[in-house]
Amino acid sequence: MREEVVVRVGAKILVPFIIMFALYVHFHGDYSPGGGFQAGVILAAAFVLLALVYGLEAVQRVLPPWFTRMCAALGVLIFAGVGVVTMLLGHNYLGYNALAPDPTHPEHGQHYGILLVELGVLVTVFGVMVTVFYLFAGRGRENS
Amino acid sequence: MSAHLPILQVVVPLLAAPLCAFLRNARAAAVIAVLASWATLAVALSLLGDVMSAGVISYEIGDWAPPLGIEYRVDIVNAWVLVIVSTIASVVAPYMITSVEDEVERRRIPLFHAAYLLCLAGLLGITITGDVFNVFVFLEISSLSAYALIAMGTRRRALTAAFRYLVMGTVGATFIVIGIGLLYVMTGSLNMADLAVLLPEVWDSRTVKVAYGFLGVGCCLKLALFPLHLWLPNAYAFAPSAVTAFLASTATKVAVYMLLRFFLTIFGAPFSFGVMGLDRVLLPLALAAVVTMSLVAIFQVDVKRLLAYSSVAQIGYMVLGLSFASVTGLTATLLHLFNHALMKGALFMAMGCVVYRIGSVHIDAMAGLGKRMPWTMAAFVVGGLSLVGVPLTVGFVSKWFLILGALERGWWPVAVVVLLASVLALVYVWRVVEAAYFRPAGGDEGTREAPWRLLVPTWVLVGANLYFGIGAARTARVAERAAEVLMTGVGP
Repeated sequence: MREEVVVRVGAKILVPFIIMFALYVHFHGDYSPGGGFQAGVILAAAFVLLALVYGLEAVQRVLPPWFTRMCAALGVLIFAGVGVVTMLLGHNYLGYNALAPDPTHPEHGQHYGILLVELGVLVTVFGVMVTVFYLFAGRGRENS
Repeated sequence: MSAHLPILQVVVPLLAAPLCAFLRNARAAAVIAVLASWATLAVALSLLGDVMSAGVISYEIGDWAPPLGIEYRVDIVNAWVLVIVSTIASVVAPYMITSVEDEVERRRIPLFHAAYLLCLAGLLGITITGDVFNVFVFLEISSLSAYALIAMGTRRRALTAAFRYLVMGTVGATFIVIGIGLLYVMTGSLNMADLAVLLPEVWDSRTVKVAYGFLGVGCCLKLALFPLHLWLPNAYAFAPSAVTAFLASTATKVAVYMLLRFFLTIFGAPFSFGVMGLDRVLLPLALAAVVTMSLVAIFQVDVKRLLAYSSVAQIGYMVLGLSFASVTGLTATLLHLFNHALMKGALFMAMGCVVYRIGSVHIDAMAGLGKRMPWTMAAFVVGGLSLVGVPLTVGFVSKWFLILGALERGWWPVAVVVLLASVLALVYVWRVVEAAYFRPAGGDEGTREAPWRLLVPTWVLVGANLYFGIGAARTARVAERAAEVLMTGVGP
């Protein structure tokens, strides 16, 4: 598809919007359907689209495989880390009330807590999705 | 910090796993894995101590009160299983360092340790949680990482073995989640203690009985009860040695715990034995497992496969204890969880030493090894005696309680079958001993004893076989109290 001008330009225009939409789905997840998992999949889809149109090598220059693997691990660390932080702040594991900036309204902590935890989900899902895509798309290339 | 022990039990390995994945250095990842495993053992032991003296511990995740929130609930039963899993983990993790360097591609070693820690976190999570949906989530964590661990075996057939386990394991997990879903429909609750209170009102409904069936078959697939064991022999035979030692002594044990939890705590002993007739279903299956799988084990030429079939037979003993529907029978089951973990751990670790030196566990390749690897084969002999159930080993203690349970019910033919199966175990252990000690050595003259880094963990487990075999009173007391908790339903 590298020769198709319409597809190349179309993909270039679409990718920033896809990434934007992924972030919207993440940050708006507590008001409307969505959340970290869906956002991670959409974010990964942006890079899959680029890889389909511009080729695997071009995308791997921007998003190297070692980085996506790191993401897969980093997300778990963020999720579990939030729990450890709330524990150190004197609440139970994942007791988001500990994260409220204003102690008179502890329930605000729930908002920040869920966003942080879902950020961890986003990072891991994105990392795993792209890694799985790289592995399948790159099959047989090492030998040929 | 001691109030947070229940969650630390799971979070320590869960946090250590991504750390291992970050590191490119195999040694550093291995050190993290060892330290995390030891930390889980420390937590488990202190939890068991607390539960023995102060009763049930409840921990509310995210400060949400149960039954709405997720609760971690530790009683004697799961504290006991936590100790089993983390003990094996702390012995296998140091063993893994050397064994894995030999058997797994170097660049994959950090990821191997990450997968091991995830598997450990999953197994501990299944055990400690008081929420049935949480059980399913942790079951998937432990199973998926187990498939990856098995697939890292040296031979290509490890991949098909892992895939077969994946298909069977996924069917099992799906059945479990269907059962959980049906329970949720009937009661509107996912909390185990809450379910135990709500379920007696809807005992008569067909949905609950169907849920019981789904949960039973799902758990039995995961614990490899005959005839649902087909995934197990290949998975154990082709996995890396350290993985076999770890999974054989933890994964099926946790599945047995899951079965006990669902059937005795959530549905309750009156429903299981009174309404559903669980004892009549499990008794023939358990006996069939014990006899046929011991017979099949006798004809194996690959010793890891031989031990795998023997594992299916030993699982039969655990289920047999449950089918007695008595405190003595359950004591035998719970004791055998621990004792079988000790003996199979020691045996598979001894086989790992053999693989490390001669690269094969074919019975002919092991001819004359008794002279060349005296410590390794001595470990196998002690482990094997324990498997047979010779006095002064842990195997004897389990069989003692099992036969006691059978006689208590007046089922003396069952006791005879248990004794006969011990003879069968003697036959398959003897085949290996005969090859190692009484056949002339062939092949490479230069085969030396395994390195001490493998031998020390192996002998720690061998020592535990003897220590808990001679001084069985402590383990028996814990198992007996745990059995009472299970038979009487939810504790205070």
